[in-house]
Amino acid sequence: MKTAQALTSTKKATRSNSFWARVVKDFRRNKYIYLMLTPVILYYLVFHYIPMYGAQIAFKDFFPARGIWGSPWIGFEHFETFFEGIYFWRLIRNTLAINGLDLILGFPAPIILALLLNELTSERFKRVVQTVTYMPHFISLVVVVGMVLDFLARDGLINQLLALVGIAPTAFMQEPKYYWMIYVLSGIWQSIGWGSIIYLAAITTIDPTLYEAAKVDGASRLRQIWHVTIPGIMPTIMLLFILRVGQMMSVGYEKTILMYNPLNMETADVIASYVYRKGILEADFGFSSAVGLFNSVINFAFLIAANRMSRHLNQNSLW
Amino acid sequence: MGIVTARRRAAIRKSPGERTFDIVNYSLMILLLIVTLYPILHVLFASFSSPSLLSAHRGVLLGPLGFSTDAYKTVFANPSIGLGYRNTLFYMSFGTALNMVMTILGAYALSRRNVMWKGPIMFLIVFTMFFNGGLIPTYLLVAKNLNWIDTPWALTVPVAINTWNLLILKTSFEAVPEALEEAARIDGANDFTILWRVVIPLSLPALAVILLFYAVGHWNSFFSALVYLRNRELYPLQLILREILIANSMDSMTSGVSSGDIEPIGVTIKYATIVVATVPILILYPFLQRFFVKGVLVGSVKE
Repeated sequence: MKTAQALTSTKKATRSNSFWARVVKDFRRNKYIYLMLTPVILYYLVFHYIPMYGAQIAFKDFFPARGIWGSPWIGFEHFETFFEGIYFWRLIRNTLAINGLDLILGFPAPIILALLLNELTSERFKRVVQTVTYMPHFISLVVVVGMVLDFLARDGLINQLLALVGIAPTAFMQEPKYYWMIYVLSGIWQSIGWGSIIYLAAITTIDPTLYEAAKVDGASRLRQIWHVTIPGIMPTIMLLFILRVGQMMSVGYEKTILMYNPLNMETADVIASYVYRKGILEADFGFSSAVGLFNSVINFAFLIAANRMSRHLNQNSLW
Repeated sequence: MGIVTARRRAAIRKSPGERTFDIVNYSLMILLLIVTLYPILHVLFASFSSPSLLSAHRGVLLGPLGFSTDAYKTVFANPSIGLGYRNTLFYMSFGTALNMVMTILGAYALSRRNVMWKGPIMFLIVFTMFFNGGLIPTYLLVAKNLNWIDTPWALTVPVAINTWNLLILKTSFEAVPEALEEAARIDGANDFTILWRVVIPLSLPALAVILLFYAVGHWNSFFSALVYLRNRELYPLQLILREILIANSMDSMTSGVSSGDIEPIGVTIKYATIVVATVPILILYPFLQRFFVKGVLVGSVKE
């Protein structure tokens, strides 16, 4: 064994010598750079890679007292329990429904806002719209959800307004059928302005002569948007689309655990909130890690698929 | 900028189609302004209203109903809100300071040319944006292995670097002209000096925006506090808010008690709490707004 290693190392001696020489030289020249990187790398290893390593408890009968390493392997038992559990299809349906709805309504919303903002002739008015629509981004989720609950309560603002046109009051947050829409629309309210920044930035990089040429050809404003602006920001749209699709199986647990209640659970409960309940509230660590890992893996698969598709369609891809 | 105005000037003579477009566009934007602003204004007006007038009122508010600051007096007299404020300020200052140090170090190191291991290190970092161990393994690490329950560490150290912010700052640092760095190096400056004397002073807008992002993130975060804090004395403002705004409304919702039975002053207190917890952030961001687009995001779009 040792002799074999020695043999191969002498074979590669010339190459590895120059390699190590380069390493040493690089280290000498960049010693402060590596000093700066040490806490950063440590941070990523401890708080991102150790949890990835810890995710193996998804395949173990985990006892905190025995630690990750000491707990016995049980293979896919947790996964089987989850797939066969009564909540499996409900969680998948809710997670995909909220994400699907958000992809249809929430993804294009900031793009449309950016296109319309770009067409405003008054710079001052444009700035006002921007300042105002950025505001909800800085309001905490607790407050946003608190406002949603308050406005949609049986005696809340929305029902007061509906009463004026003779519609009987509804307790929106207790009706499972409204939940998806409320979740997605409140998300758009909070993020439309902020989300438009990146598209506005992309629009500024479009060559202005393209608009001149379009105008000479008699293109109307809508046609200019369609034939110049949208193609100009397409790489940005595709990039954000890939990233968004990579989140297809995640619905933020933070917002869900603020918004759900025993009456709307049927449509509100998603994979992430289930993981939170099982893992943190019920301390069923192995099982909830399995559910979480399943979620991460599916997301990653979605991301890779979207990246492939995009690269195939128009050469835009993350890697 | 000049080109944009030229484009505008060329469009001065407008066809009827153009005019229709403008009318529709401006109307949509005004509608968006109302939809965005009204909920916030409603909360503001309601918080200054007299509780009895407010609970009798139906429909939109165009101003406070019978001006009253009673709700604010109650809010400020509530010791848990004062304590929450103090805790939040502490977590925010410490957390943001840690964020800035770590992010600046990482962004500077990764923005340098000729660093041999930069590629693999970048991969290590960027990979975490797309794949993570999940909530439970992180929780076990922080709560059991590190034993950080009921400590400020749990709310700050696990989120010491936001990878997006790191990449944004890295892009901004890369834009600092190389010649300046070379000149400093000839004068005998090492990397720490270059970072401190050259790169940071030239990247202030980007740093200000990143600082804002981190500070707002700490101010608004509730989840890690919910998970890692047991002791009420340590609760940040957002957890107190959650009890006032959400737990309460859930109670009244599930127990079937209509809010008419609850003390009417409770209504305005809720709104006043929202205002008190939200205003500090809302008066801050417009000052940095012009940097959002200019300084930071253009760089990251261009890649």
